[in-house]
Amino acid sequence: MPRRPQDYDDIPGTFVFDAEKSRQGYGINMFCMSLMKEENRKAFKANEAEYLKRFPLTPQQTEAILEREYNRMLELGGNIYFTAKLGATDGHSFRHLAALMTGSTQDDYAAMMLAGGRSVEGNRSKSGKFGKPARARPGKKLAPAKAGVATGFPKKDVRQRKKARAKRG
Amino acid sequence: MARIIAGIGSSHVPAIGAAIDNKQTEEPYWKRVFSGFERSKEWMAKAKPDVAIVVYNDHASAFSVEIVPTFALGCAAEFPPADEGWGPRPVPVVKGHPELAAHIAQSVILDEFDLTIVNKMEVDHGLTVPMNLLFGSPAAWPCPVIPLAVNVVLYPPPTGHRCFMLGRAIRKAVASYPEDLRVVIFGTGGMSHQISGPRAGLINSKFDKAFLDNLTRSPKKLVDIPHLEYMREAGAEGIEMVMWLIMRGALDDAIEEVYRFYTVPASNTAVGHIILENARAAKAKKPAAGKSKNKRPAAKLKRAAARANHRNVLRGR
Repeated sequence: MPRRPQDYDDIPGTFVFDAEKSRQGYGINMFCMSLMKEENRKAFKANEAEYLKRFPLTPQQTEAILEREYNRMLELGGNIYFTAKLGATDGHSFRHLAALMTGSTQDDYAAMMLAGGRSVEGNRSKSGKFGKPARARPGKKLAPAKAGVATGFPKKDVRQRKKARAKRG
Repeated sequence: MARIIAGIGSSHVPAIGAAIDNKQTEEPYWKRVFSGFERSKEWMAKAKPDVAIVVYNDHASAFSVEIVPTFALGCAAEFPPADEGWGPRPVPVVKGHPELAAHIAQSVILDEFDLTIVNKMEVDHGLTVPMNLLFGSPAAWPCPVIPLAVNVVLYPPPTGHRCFMLGRAIRKAVASYPEDLRVVIFGTGGMSHQISGPRAGLINSKFDKAFLDNLTRSPKKLVDIPHLEYMREAGAEGIEMVMWLIMRGALDDAIEEVYRFYTVPASNTAVGHIILENARAAKAKKPAAGKSKNKRPAAKLKRAAARANHRNVLRGR
């Protein structure tokens, strides 16, 4: 059954972790939760693909985890508080994850935050229904963030995914 | 009779906890944040509450996706700090107040708020960071705490209206507790932030400041904000702000804003903080003193807050 459209689908660059996503991503999130135990972190690090077989994951979810595609994990039902545990297991700071998800560099992301964060102007809705700037210029692309970070799916993420798929044949 | 004397709103950014634990509070980046809570600690030291009810959310620490309670009330005798992946925070074990907690549970459930009762729970930064900001880093927390964990991770969280009304029910419950206790209630989380997806890093100071204004002046305007608006305007994780409405609901209509602080950023988040005293409680404190005298400490705090905020403006924050 196709997913019922939701009002929040209109928010750009955002995956809302709702009940449907939670159902879909149960395996991803329980896998991430398991990383709270040292013995599990060790087992995962020793053989990632093998360890993931312990959890009910689709091939797409497994691939997203192995490739550390953080947006894809969210898209497939992961939640950021859980996927952040995978980042921590890799020894990565949250800034590293934020840079990956926003298609930015860690330095640019940090600079954007220091400068007051990503502006909501131009980042309210895909339809342009909300916020004056979008309404004033119909048909225009969403405004980029202050530090030049594009909204929507970062190209890098899409490229990585295609590459990984091609590699797998 | 127990009574709620004040409400405190505060962000609970994990990086603030890390800065305390790693002794970075004197670094300029963090000093900007911590300086805003100096006066609050003084206020708290004077207020000396007997119990604190802390409304917060768990971040995949005590609750995974196996069980997701919308409202979970901590009725245990103690709540150890959770291991969030780097070992438990070096903060004291949080002592509960099981008698008052059980009383609240019984009262609000009969008022049709179907809480989950939790008798064993670890608490994460969502609870311990605001404790640090208001109580500092003592060897033991100065008062028992009743944790109220709200689901804001799995959509949909309870509505703002539901949260406000739960606050009302908590107020009624506290007022019917026979022991003479002075209670403060914390609403934590927020303010605007998004930490997930390509739109991560979103901050909306305009929304935050309006939220703070309305929290004091017209909370009724806030209870009707739909979830969509929180997420769109204040970021996917900005929806945490509904928890502040439980705090506001537990206060009287007539309150006095005694302190406010706002700064951007602490890691990915806008830090907001407010202290609201029940007008009745403020008067009861010094029954002999005149009205103008009562207002003086609040005005002093307000001026200090203005100075702190002004300093941030000068630094271009």
